Amino acid sequence: MIAIIDYGVGNLFSLKSSLAAIGAEAVVTRDETLIRSADKIILPGVGAFEDAMNKLRDSGLAEVVKEEAADGKPLLGICLGMQMLFDRSFEYGEHEGLGLIKGQVVPMEGVIPRSLKIPHIGWNALHFKKSCPLFKYISDGDCVYFVHSYYASDCDDAVIATAEYGAELTAAVASGNVFGCQFHPEKSGGVGLSILRAFCESEAAE
Amino acid sequence: MITKRIIPCLDVKDGRVVKGVNFMGLSDVSSPVELAKYYSDNGADELVFYDITASAEGRRLFTDILCRVASTIFIPLTVGGGINSVDDFDRVLKCGADKVSVNSGAIKNPGLVSQAAKLYGDQCVVLSVDVKRVDGVFRVFAKGGRENTGMEAIEWIRRCTDNGAGEIVVNSIDTDGVKKGFDLEVLDAVCNAVSVPVIASGGAGCAEDFVKLFKTLPKVDAGLAASILHYGEVSIAELKTLLKNESIPVRI
Repeated sequence: MIAIIDYGVGNLFSLKSSLAAIGAEAVVTRDETLIRSADKIILPGVGAFEDAMNKLRDSGLAEVVKEEAADGKPLLGICLGMQMLFDRSFEYGEHEGLGLIKGQVVPMEGVIPRSLKIPHIGWNALHFKKSCPLFKYISDGDCVYFVHSYYASDCDDAVIATAEYGAELTAAVASGNVFGCQFHPEKSGGVGLSILRAFCESEAAE
Repeated sequence: MITKRIIPCLDVKDGRVVKGVNFMGLSDVSSPVELAKYYSDNGADELVFYDITASAEGRRLFTDILCRVASTIFIPLTVGGGINSVDDFDRVLKCGADKVSVNSGAIKNPGLVSQAAKLYGDQCVVLSVDVKRVDGVFRVFAKGGRENTGMEAIEWIRRCTDNGAGEIVVNSIDTDGVKKGFDLEVLDAVCNAVSVPVIASGGAGCAEDFVKLFKTLPKVDAGLAASILHYGEVSIAELKTLLKNESIPVRI
């Protein structure tokens, strides 16, 4: 069973539906016992970093997620949920993240050419940087759907895929049993479902 | 490289897609769920559903249909039609819509765009504008293009993006239904005025019209189309192959 963490940000309807579509059993929950008993955890997220981190901490679930990840349980952060895996974010100030992956989240503004629009919104190709079980059913160059204005930086060791948008932006990361997608697999058609399926098949770390 | 999006638009009345669609192999050509799945499986980058129902019962049917569509397809879904309040945003977002398109609702209630953007984020709020030339000036029309609001279109669009509209659908009444191509003049003016994604609507008569659109105006992010796709005159696959051959980035 997969626990989709419900900490009061964003709409989890599509994520739950997409897992149902690939035959995975998933619950949307904020119940600590249920999360601890799940085989895998998905940390979703939309909106602002500070607000989302505060909600995750206030719900008491930040520690639960960290502990379960440290125990080797597969964890997938999506979009803002991926950004929260890092040490810190510089979205409107400086805010501490979960610290599960080394790196920080910084604005695209000033990094990409001014002629490009922010947010980076739409379908863009994945460029693989490392082989990863998450990609076992997809190919280099497959497109996925992005919506974001900040991106993960200084996390070279963990980057498994990038997307080209005036700069090489971190698109997906992995560090042991902790995975993150900057894009929305639940909105990325068949490619996205294949990534979710691969995550559902990932094994817990020893 | 971000790709140019091709977005089919479906009008729904009382839970059914209006304007019959003539695809082979669809058992029910006016089922929103079947059509959405068809488009999603055949290369659509996003879907737009417009609720053109007037009755409360029709609205309830639309909401039910939307939930079924959203649990069947896994590409971005934009919903418009009858969006007049934040409660309307809430109603369709809960059904799985990713973005909400406002048109007349934003004209009637100028605070709607900023309220919705604060609650759901800019990326969620799509401003749809019906534009028509009147004495050489681009004017905003309301009520499905029947009523001249007197507002200058570029100024209106700029005001709405300042208030948090995250995307603009520009529908040219002058070219809509004429099938002689998109209204490049008004689209150019909009692209030069705003820094959010611009979606062209109205006028596509053949695949070459999309090539001309993206070649002439590289700043345009997406093309919206209804009848040209619904009637099978052009398939999305053919259209995207043509665009790719013209070196326009698309998702194949």
